[in-house]
Amino acid sequence: MTNLLSDELLATIGRQSTPHRELVTRRDIRKYAIATGNRQRKYLDGDQAPPMFHVALFWDVVELDELTPDGVSIDSLLPKFPLERAMAGGLKIDYFKPVYPGDWLTATRTLTNIYEKHGRSGPLIFYEVDMQIVNDAGEPVIREQTTRILR
Amino acid sequence: MALSEKQIPMSVQVGDTLPERELTPDNVQLFLYNAALWNAHRIHFDEPYAREVEGYPGLVIAGPMLGDWLNQCVEEWLGDNGRLVSIEYSNRAASYIGETLVSGGSVIEVDPASGAVRIDVFIRNAAGEVVTPGVATAVLDT
Repeated sequence: MTNLLSDELLATIGRQSTPHRELVTRRDIRKYAIATGNRQRKYLDGDQAPPMFHVALFWDVVELDELTPDGVSIDSLLPKFPLERAMAGGLKIDYFKPVYPGDWLTATRTLTNIYEKHGRSGPLIFYEVDMQIVNDAGEPVIREQTTRILR
Repeated sequence: MALSEKQIPMSVQVGDTLPERELTPDNVQLFLYNAALWNAHRIHFDEPYAREVEGYPGLVIAGPMLGDWLNQCVEEWLGDNGRLVSIEYSNRAASYIGETLVSGGSVIEVDPASGAVRIDVFIRNAAGEVVTPGVATAVLDT
């Protein structure tokens, strides 16, 4: 029973981002490892990227006027939802290959699902985004599946 | 011993616990983390905004940083004896600067044939509430 999700909204399922290619650098790995309090030397020295470094590598670098007053950048992959307050989200990450400085990685994000549920406190909208990260040989390096809940 | 009877060098059993780690992130760490991402969300650095506009009791610790600590918990336990192959987690409740958090976990499944282990992981706050539960899969070197 769907009443929040219009056909127009549901038609955005399958929408895909432009592939985003980035270079992994030792300096960026070091910043990430230090900021997360990592204690392993290979990461602190930037010899290898720690798990979840891809979060920093593929965070949108937007210009100041593209940020909302609360400092958030608009995710152009997403349609405008009838509910806007973000609740807890979940993540599943598969690591296929280690990441080293000098690697070029390409991420492609797909909006894979939108659905609603009716909780005790009212309706909830769930959406899922699948990010596939590959190297220049086209081999899978990381896959990240995100589920977010709006109320 | 037959070749098919692979041995796990690290003797891992269901119920084994991972070393716990106390985490006390401060403003500087949270700032550097969000700067490394290019995340300008005010709830992570603008305390008057976080309190007065969003109604939070303080600066909100970034959700993926909590997730990162789950990854670290598993990797530190594995050392050179295996590799992390996947992790899933959810940010169930918010945590704030000034809190003392603890990461940890326990082994819930071991497959001696493949060396695969499944591990329950968590970030817990001082009230004992699990704010970030997760499950990781690692493969031990055989």
